[in-house]
Amino acid sequence: MTQTNEANENGIKENDTIIEIINMHKWFGDFHVLQEVNLKVARGERIVICGPSGSGKSTLIRCINRLEEHQRGKIIVDGIELTNDLKNIEKIRAEVGMVFQHFNLFPHLTILDNLTLGPIWVRKTPKKEAEETAMYYLEKVHIAEQAKKFPGQLSGGQQQRVAIARSLCMKPNVMLFDEPTSALDPEMVKEVLDVMISLAQEGMTMLVVTHEMGFAKSVAHRVLFMDYGRIVEENNPHEFFDNPQHDRTKLFLSQILH
Amino acid sequence: MTVHTYDDSIDQIKPPVLSVGVVGWCKRNLFNGWFNSILTIVILALMFQIFPPFVRWAFVDAHWLPSGAGCQDGQGACWSVVSANFRFIIFGFYPHDLQWRPLLAMVILVALLFYSRDRSRWHKWLGWGWLAALAAMGLLLRGGLFGMPVVESTQWGGLPLTLLLSVFGLTAAYPLGVVLALGRASRMKAVKSLCIVYIEMIRGVPLISLLFMSSVIFPLFLPEGVTVNKILRAQVAIILFTAAYIAEVVRGGLQAIPQGQYEAAESMGLNYVQTMRLIVLPQALKIVIPPSVSILISAFKDTSLVVIIALYDLLKTTKSVLSDPKWMGFSAEAYIFLALIYFFCCYFMSNYSRRLEKELDTGL
Repeated sequence: MTQTNEANENGIKENDTIIEIINMHKWFGDFHVLQEVNLKVARGERIVICGPSGSGKSTLIRCINRLEEHQRGKIIVDGIELTNDLKNIEKIRAEVGMVFQHFNLFPHLTILDNLTLGPIWVRKTPKKEAEETAMYYLEKVHIAEQAKKFPGQLSGGQQQRVAIARSLCMKPNVMLFDEPTSALDPEMVKEVLDVMISLAQEGMTMLVVTHEMGFAKSVAHRVLFMDYGRIVEENNPHEFFDNPQHDRTKLFLSQILH
Repeated sequence: MTVHTYDDSIDQIKPPVLSVGVVGWCKRNLFNGWFNSILTIVILALMFQIFPPFVRWAFVDAHWLPSGAGCQDGQGACWSVVSANFRFIIFGFYPHDLQWRPLLAMVILVALLFYSRDRSRWHKWLGWGWLAALAAMGLLLRGGLFGMPVVESTQWGGLPLTLLLSVFGLTAAYPLGVVLALGRASRMKAVKSLCIVYIEMIRGVPLISLLFMSSVIFPLFLPEGVTVNKILRAQVAIILFTAAYIAEVVRGGLQAIPQGQYEAAESMGLNYVQTMRLIVLPQALKIVIPPSVSILISAFKDTSLVVIIALYDLLKTTKSVLSDPKWMGFSAEAYIFLALIYFFCCYFMSNYSRRLEKELDTGL
């Protein structure tokens, strides 16, 4: 491990921690969804989180931009601790992009307006500049020709690519993906994954909740396996898939890899 | 493995004659089974009994001239009651030679409504235009500026009064209703319970009692010598009443917005006001256009209840015409005319809303 701030050959800046979660707990009523979660994410690192449904993986990444509130422990994003302070929350949300399973595009706005809304209202970017940025990112997700359409006129895969572009327009430091391909028809999964892979190649810090193991193998630096609200095992993808340690991990992998 | 092949001529086959065209339509819709056939025949017979006499009464034997000649002994309808008193029914006690002013105000209103039909014309200045037009309409009715003589509100009446009460009432009630709905959906306990109490209290009381309260009880609380204009009091009562109903309709719309929309807005860093204004309300209000228009229509008709606090709206002017001995026997004609005016306005509203829905449809 190098002790400099330079990126190593993976593109990870080991010393530059962007997300730090310390002893974090969360309850839904009496149900203990997240139990003593500790996680350190370096800038440029790409983490895939997997695990059975109900294991708390979505809740974990939703805590990082405060869509869910944690009740014990600390979450520090880019040097700012998440507390009840609304100012801090809004600041962090602007830094952290989020892509949802069901896209959550705004159906009453055109694609272009979906993309420029955040920059204009949160970042106070001039409209013209916001539109140029939006077109740049639409170009990037190969969908620029649909800018004037409404979300309802696009396919699922196209909508998810728009959702990714919408997050990118805010120039985030971290991108969170909450099962981005789970709601898609099989033939559309690839176009979304391709966009995510190209994003990874540019060095974006990514936390991805997904069951796309191919994606995890080729893109992730680290794979986390969660069960019953705990991080059960974490490892680099090679070790994780070829040589899982925990019984629960072995069972899970045997079930999804057939 | 089987591969299916089709002859090209398969496209050219026509549907059976009995299932298309006039014959097909009649068979499907009128004589579909013995029960429906009997119903069709009975209804046709009834219509034959009712319509020809009605047409004869309303048109063939009718009297149209304002003089009312022949009304007393004739068989047909006496539309003279309308044509002789047309201006009184429409404008009430508004000074005769100044009636162009309320007429102009109504023309402005209708013109603006027509202009605002197209979404492409919705710009910021159109909103300002509406505000300016509302002010201009008030000014035209009231007078007092630009050399227009003042007409006291006690002389306002008829259709302009009905429109005034409903248009100003609804423009004020809608924002208030939206605020109440947001309050009721709020996470702040105090705000939430305040809104619930307000909404449930107003909805639990008939409009008539609110109008009575505004005209009888409210003045008792004012210091001596202070009076608040009667129309204004009725107007406020109508606004408070309608707002409670609009609040509940809008709340329904808010509940129809998926949680994901809030989350997407929040995850971008939008604050509460921005989330509501830019994301939630535009969608929620679009969903509730049909029930909102129902409220608008019933509010428009409910304005006729101001009769009970002695305001001369459209219904009251008609009634006072009928109290004239000369026209006493012709209430049917007068009320048919009145019904036509109300129907025309309400039908216009519901058409307008359907068009609005189409304009705002974005396919999701």
